Amino acid sequence: MSSAHVTPGSVPGPKLAAHFASLEVQKHAARLGMWLFLATEILLFAGLFACYAAYRFLFPEAWAASSRSLDLTMGTINTVVLITSSFTAAMAVHYAKEGKNKMVGHMNVLTLLMAVGFLVIKFFEYKHKFHIGTLPGRYYFYEGIQLPGAPMYFSVYFASTALHALHVVIGMTVLAFATVRAYRVGDFSANNYTQVELGSMYWHLVDLVWIFLFPMLYLV
Amino acid sequence: MTPSSSIAAPGAVPGHEAHDDHGHHPSYLTDGTTVKSWLLTVDHKRIGIMYLAWILLFFLVGGIFALLIRIELLTPGPTIMDAMTYNRVFTLHGVVMIFLFMIPAIPSVFGNFLLPLMLGAKDVAFPRLNLLSLYVYLAGAGFALWGMLNGGLDTGWTFYTPYSAHTTTTVAPVLFGAFIIGFSSILTGMNFIVTTHTMRAPGITWFKMPLMVWALYATSCIQVLATPVIGLLLLLVTAENLFSLGMFDVARGGDPVLFQHLFWFYSHPAVYIMVLPAFGVMSEVVSTFSRKNIFGYRAVAYSSVGIAFVGFFAWGHHMFVSGQSTFNAGVFGVLSMLVGVFTAIKVFNWVGTVYKGAVEFSTPFAYFCGFLFFTVFGGMTGIAVATVSLDVAWHDTYFVVAHFHFIMVGATIMAFLAALHYWFPKMFGKMYHEGWGLVSAALIILGFNATFIPQFLVGNAGMPRRYYEYPERFQALNVASTAGASLLAFGFIIIAIYLTYALIYGERVDNPWHSKGYEWLTHSPPPTHNFIGPQPTYPEEPHFYVDPKKAQGEVSDV
Ligand code: HEM
Ligand SMILES: [Cu+2]
Repeated sequence: MSSAHVTPGSVPGPKLAAHFASLEVQKHAARLGMWLFLATEILLFAGLFACYAAYRFLFPEAWAASSRSLDLTMGTINTVVLITSSFTAAMAVHYAKEGKNKMVGHMNVLTLLMAVGFLVIKFFEYKHKFHIGTLPGRYYFYEGIQLPGAPMYFSVYFASTALHALHVVIGMTVLAFATVRAYRVGDFSANNYTQVELGSMYWHLVDLVWIFLFPMLYLV
Repeated sequence: MTPSSSIAAPGAVPGHEAHDDHGHHPSYLTDGTTVKSWLLTVDHKRIGIMYLAWILLFFLVGGIFALLIRIELLTPGPTIMDAMTYNRVFTLHGVVMIFLFMIPAIPSVFGNFLLPLMLGAKDVAFPRLNLLSLYVYLAGAGFALWGMLNGGLDTGWTFYTPYSAHTTTTVAPVLFGAFIIGFSSILTGMNFIVTTHTMRAPGITWFKMPLMVWALYATSCIQVLATPVIGLLLLLVTAENLFSLGMFDVARGGDPVLFQHLFWFYSHPAVYIMVLPAFGVMSEVVSTFSRKNIFGYRAVAYSSVGIAFVGFFAWGHHMFVSGQSTFNAGVFGVLSMLVGVFTAIKVFNWVGTVYKGAVEFSTPFAYFCGFLFFTVFGGMTGIAVATVSLDVAWHDTYFVVAHFHFIMVGATIMAFLAALHYWFPKMFGKMYHEGWGLVSAALIILGFNATFIPQFLVGNAGMPRRYYEYPERFQALNVASTAGASLLAFGFIIIAIYLTYALIYGERVDNPWHSKGYEWLTHSPPPTHNFIGPQPTYPEEPHFYVDPKKAQGEVSDV
């Protein structure tokens, strides 16, 4: 779709695609689309939660024992890291609305750094599990917990944390695009911040899913 | 012109004048003719046409597999292939037909083409996402077909575990392909929902939307709400197949029935992803060819949403014999029957529309008649199989195969063909030969009945589905079914011939049906941005026809 042309030299403004009636409608459409997409993401994880619930019901002891074997400290640190990163992602939107493009970039870089931190901690958790053998299904060889259902717990654990990590990576890609644009083009402003907002919405989802996963896997 | 043409559409030139105008405004078909201008287009109409081409191709592929199945079942013993090949062939038939044809057929082709036109919009809300969803669909199809050619799989289209986790055939790429196709389905659904919410032209309120739009909207809601769950399920089974997660494998403490719950949580609503758009098409067709506003517009609109809603609570009827408690089975049975109630509302309203209408018995209307029969008959067999005590006998027999082909395939194919014929002039500005249209419609409806009525009988007599060999006594009915299938195939060949002919040599037309649907308020074929000149206005309802009794004379040249 052709975009409204910007005269050279003028302040780059929001671009209205030709098929929308107004900027308002365009923004509304983008947000509604994102909300719907996030809903589908939550439903994707909801399927996993259903599996978790079913097997927890079938294997209560194995579930309790395996859950206690996770590293609560690392999990907690990761939760704090993600919640903080959600805050910086929200700040990026705030600055975008004020047109402070540099700050948008800085906030996004902070978010990205925390995301990397999250993945590094996750990596060490995984590494430890590979080492002691708390692995999914067929590959389970940990002697410490020999209850029926323990391998299943780790199937659920790996499936959900891996899927979540994948979302972290996707979220990072989305944020990276907005970061580059904030630094390079710098055209975010009060009426042109949709891209930052959508990226931040996605990041909140990543955070939100983790907030469900953390108590589910580590605490209960 | 009658006073009713005060539906002022500056871009719309009624009747004969359209011819003069065509030269000045290139249609979407002629606006750029390079391959690239098609492959990279963001025009919803071109995307719809590209979907049409691919979907017809996959329909052909699935159809060839269907004929192979029927030929194999011509004799009780081996006929043209071995048992393993047979398992692969019926799996491929199911996967191709369901995921590559039936689910996307009407929404992706006609929904894409018509939704913006029916809302007076220049395009869908996210045109580039729309193009992306086409390529995502093709990528998924590519994955699935690649897996099928490299070994194929023998699980049936339902991929039931634990078998699908253990079989040595190529399951993973096909599952992954289906996952990707689901993603495309989600993107299309999202796009349609947002388009309906934000792109309606001034004057088109919710209750002035064409019923096709209501049906597409309800379908999109199901797509968005149900598809993620099967997406996850397919991922888990893929992982299970590759890494032995054991998630649904009894040997590792997994629960195959959990798989069935999650599978049918999607796949039961998915059957409405297939039939709801069909209902939408039929509401348009019946109104146009009865020359009456649809009887009970609101009831038809609400019942689409109603079906979408209760469709989510009926999945358990696929598991009556999976060790479900009697109580659960009863609840699921009753909830299933609610769907029948909503469908009946629609049926009564369609019949009420035809009643005392000025019926024009054209090809699309012929398909409407076939559709009505398949829906009512198939729906009633649905009520029958939703009755627990009966389903215990019929489960996994050819009775179920006949039931879902009647309602799902019968209704969807009737609607697909009705849509193809009804909107062919809209899409290409050309007209096909009515006579051949009616002949092939008769052949197809007849062939369909001849194929599946024997399957009800043979299933009731006890022949299980997905079996390669069967006892002598089932042969007569199987031969009848195969004969019906060849009739069906013959009908499709005729259609392919006369539509191709019409595409090249067809007479130029603009609105051969004198339809009052909003999509006809612009040229056929439409220009690139749908309308020439300023935004059309919509003072009247979409299915507004002058009372046929009063206007019999005038209407014909509206
Ligand atoms: C309106 C459109 C409908 C469609 C497209 C449809 C489609 C299907 C399909 C595809 C299957 C077979 C799945 C398989 O095992 O491969 C099926 C089975 C079934 N359908 Fe329907 N159906 C429809 C309406 C209904 C209604 C209204 C009811 C109940 C009132 C119903 C009840 C059932 C039951 C109970 C089964 C399971 C039979 C068994 O496996 O033993 N269906 N349907
Ligand atoms: Cu069902």
